[in-house]
Amino acid sequence: MSRQANRGTESKKMSSELFTLTYGALVTQLCKDYENDEDVNKQLDKMGYNIGVRLIEDFLARSNVGRCHDFRETADVIAKVAFKMYLGITPSITNWSPAGDEFSLILENNPLVDFVELPDNHSSLIYSNLLCGVLRGALEMVQMAVEAKFVQDTLKGDGVTEIRMRFIRRIEDNLPAGEE
Amino acid sequence: MADEALFLLLHNEMVSGVYKSAEQGEVVSAAKALEENGRCITKLENMGFRVGQGLIERFTKDTARFKDELDIMKFICKDFWTTVFKKQIDNLRTNHQGIYVLQDNKFRLLTQMSAGKQYLEHASKYLAFTCGLIRGGLSNLGIKSIVTAEVSSMPACKFQVMIQKL
Repeated sequence: MSRQANRGTESKKMSSELFTLTYGALVTQLCKDYENDEDVNKQLDKMGYNIGVRLIEDFLARSNVGRCHDFRETADVIAKVAFKMYLGITPSITNWSPAGDEFSLILENNPLVDFVELPDNHSSLIYSNLLCGVLRGALEMVQMAVEAKFVQDTLKGDGVTEIRMRFIRRIEDNLPAGEE
Repeated sequence: MADEALFLLLHNEMVSGVYKSAEQGEVVSAAKALEENGRCITKLENMGFRVGQGLIERFTKDTARFKDELDIMKFICKDFWTTVFKKQIDNLRTNHQGIYVLQDNKFRLLTQMSAGKQYLEHASKYLAFTCGLIRGGLSNLGIKSIVTAEVSSMPACKFQVMIQKL
């Protein structure tokens, strides 16, 4: 009876599984193509950056959020709007640095690692490193240079997944590189 | 949820990533380039295969057993396609001897590209993953197949499934 009603949520879950599985296949392929994990991490970050640069446009068009006044507001938008919209989760924001230029995103469950176990020989692989690249790329397009990195990861046995974000500077003029 | 955009962008990155890593090996002759292209297609196809296998397993766990081959193909065209590409296959044809042609008039992974002839030669890169997806899905339902794709005018495309009799 409830089958029809279930379809909606079911297919929503399915399409996020499509992303999770596709990402898994990609990481597997990269691990085959590159010899060491550092190169894979770098490649994932680069791909994430390219995604972020384009994703921000989709995000701004869809979300209708305006300009952020400070980094705290940016953090809120990232966690409560962006993560919710694209991954269906809402990470919590903690560990603000006294200067207010660093914070942590705590992901209770990370949809990217739903079906993942890291084999022993890939201990330095940062499986979800794509996310860092996405954050960096997206924020760069709104004139914010940031650094994002994983400091805790459930795949490595930590209790939660934590992404540390650090504000570096505002990008003032955005002339394309090489054009003066 | 807007994760569709995320999948599309990830797919684009996969394609360009695979091709870029191939380029580093600096190809000289045309024959070499063709061979390299084949290798990239295979890589993308294999990724799709894995994803197809996983997806179909998750997807069919609550459905009734399929009657026959045609029933399975219909499932791929409707439910499977809708989940992945948000629309159904527009036309399914078969010769009843193990060949199926699935036609999509507005294939999701091609709609972002210019509709003219300009990029026609690049279209195959963006279809390889999906070919694998179909093959992987069918393989987990017990059907061994060869899947190829062709585009004559963007964004329409046809997937040809050749069932391999055991």
